[in-house]
Amino acid sequence: MADTAHISEIEDRKFTLNFGPQHPAAHGVLRMILDLDGEVVTRVDSHIGLLHRGTEKLLEYKTFLQGMPYFDRLDYCSPMNQEHAWCLAIEKLLGVTIPRRASLIRVLYSEIGRIMSHLLNVGTGVMDVGALTPITWCFEEREKLCVFYERASGSRMHAAYFRPGGVHQDLPQPLLDDIAEWCDDFPKVLDQIESLVTENRIFKQRMVDIGVVDEKTIMDWGFSGVMVRGSGLAWDLRRAQPYECYSELDFKVPVGRNGDNYDRYVCRMDEMRESTKIMQQCIELMAKEGPGPVLVPGSKMAPPRRAEMKNSMEALIHHFKLYTEGFHVPEGETYAAIEAPKGEFGVYLVSDGTNRPYRAKIRAPGYPHLQAMDHLCKGHMLADVSAVLGSLDIVFGEIDR
Amino acid sequence: MIDAEAIESLKDLGAHISARQPDAVRAANVVLGELTILAERDHVLGLLRFLRDDQQCNFETFIDVCGVDYPERAERFEVVYHLLSMRMNHRVRVRVQTDEDTPVPSVVSLWPVANWFEREAFDMYGIQFSDHPDLRRILTDYGFEGYPLRKDFPLTGHYEVRYDDLEKRVVYEPVELAQEYRNFDFLSPWEGMTSQIPGDEKAEEAPE
Repeated sequence: MADTAHISEIEDRKFTLNFGPQHPAAHGVLRMILDLDGEVVTRVDSHIGLLHRGTEKLLEYKTFLQGMPYFDRLDYCSPMNQEHAWCLAIEKLLGVTIPRRASLIRVLYSEIGRIMSHLLNVGTGVMDVGALTPITWCFEEREKLCVFYERASGSRMHAAYFRPGGVHQDLPQPLLDDIAEWCDDFPKVLDQIESLVTENRIFKQRMVDIGVVDEKTIMDWGFSGVMVRGSGLAWDLRRAQPYECYSELDFKVPVGRNGDNYDRYVCRMDEMRESTKIMQQCIELMAKEGPGPVLVPGSKMAPPRRAEMKNSMEALIHHFKLYTEGFHVPEGETYAAIEAPKGEFGVYLVSDGTNRPYRAKIRAPGYPHLQAMDHLCKGHMLADVSAVLGSLDIVFGEIDR
Repeated sequence: MIDAEAIESLKDLGAHISARQPDAVRAANVVLGELTILAERDHVLGLLRFLRDDQQCNFETFIDVCGVDYPERAERFEVVYHLLSMRMNHRVRVRVQTDEDTPVPSVVSLWPVANWFEREAFDMYGIQFSDHPDLRRILTDYGFEGYPLRKDFPLTGHYEVRYDDLEKRVVYEPVELAQEYRNFDFLSPWEGMTSQIPGDEKAEEAPE
């Protein structure tokens, strides 16, 4: 009698838990099937695809310009960074060099996107382990950045601002002044957030030595971005394979040492400071170099000015052709990657010489990261699963596509 | 935009790879500053292992594998691998061809991360991978049929889903479009004209 009770007690310790798809710590619609031994995780089986919208299929049916807004809806925490990869891929096939001012605006807004994404991740990541205040402070700043998005593009999130060949419109000077002012204040806000979180005993207990990533894990699981830098490898595409004008900007690549959740949090905080510096440099350079075109002038990629269209028949035809047929991209294939806030975001583009992509494959950084959940969480406690998940910086828009 | 030195070194790398892996490499060329290797399907596993382990290549990071569909070809699918070397700071693309039935060797044994990427290629195109530990669908719905990214799969799909208020559950129904799906072809006949204009074939038939 006593013996059987003992056995059933051991077997009772093993059970399976369904985590999500509707769970606040799942950062979207992730369904994980967790095999538990008591409170220790033995296996994680992630079921993804609940937010699959067929972006790649849709892209094949749209012109290059019409396809661009779909990229806002991938990683919706930093929409413009995604657009950037798409534009770079098209420009590479076309062999177009964008105007200087457009390049500076793109970098400026890419860094705004990076800060937006990191603020969201830090805020929610900290909330996942129990701190409720920092997220409100992060979102206050994030809201200001959304307003900058809106003032440039007309939309807080789904900007559709970057265009193949440059950006849609020039930025007015008052907006640049306001961004510069924000850049002066933001490091103080970061200090405040850090004073709440960084040395917090509870936070450290939850984050230090959890979800450790070593070099072998990085190579085996195709990590990129903060997941690599948190482990001490200074790999940043902005530095290693510079695109736009990153090669002439002065910024540091923050790296961690232990590759645990805590180091990744610190990396993100430092990266936000570096991004602020990049933004300031862009604004300075723009002021120094003065106004200029923001779309490749005289090309079929840029719509003619509205005033021009009133008098010129040819301009009217160009406008009509651009927004119906779109421009043709020469036959070929390319892979363009950018350093998105979450890691390497790449677009593999195959063109058959028409006005639509033949194939566009989106390589999202979160996809390999999430796949490593099983590897990272094995042997950790149930409560650490959400901490690791928060630290991976998962967004389902880009994973499910 | 792309500097000549980098292209030269990529060309050298391509020559090095084809010299060391003559069986596997069909061609290696550098276009737009990117090294592309056309490989033999049956030798791709050995080639990728070489690319990972060779000192000069050192492609340790697996970036991506995806399918591309060319229905008019005898072997309709292309499987495209992207690799990155963080140490040497270069990239490579490897392409192999296959059809619906012939499996491509899985590279999960080299990089565990290839697991989901290969599952996705299977899910989207129906490309088979031999020795894959767990070749299930990944992104599409539970119980989905067909391969959505194939060129002959309609954009609208075959089934639509809605919540039925009477039955109090989600129901699946065949897609019913209020109007036919309009796929505008904006290709200008003036630019893309071929010698054959639609209707020409009637002129040939007419004399009989």
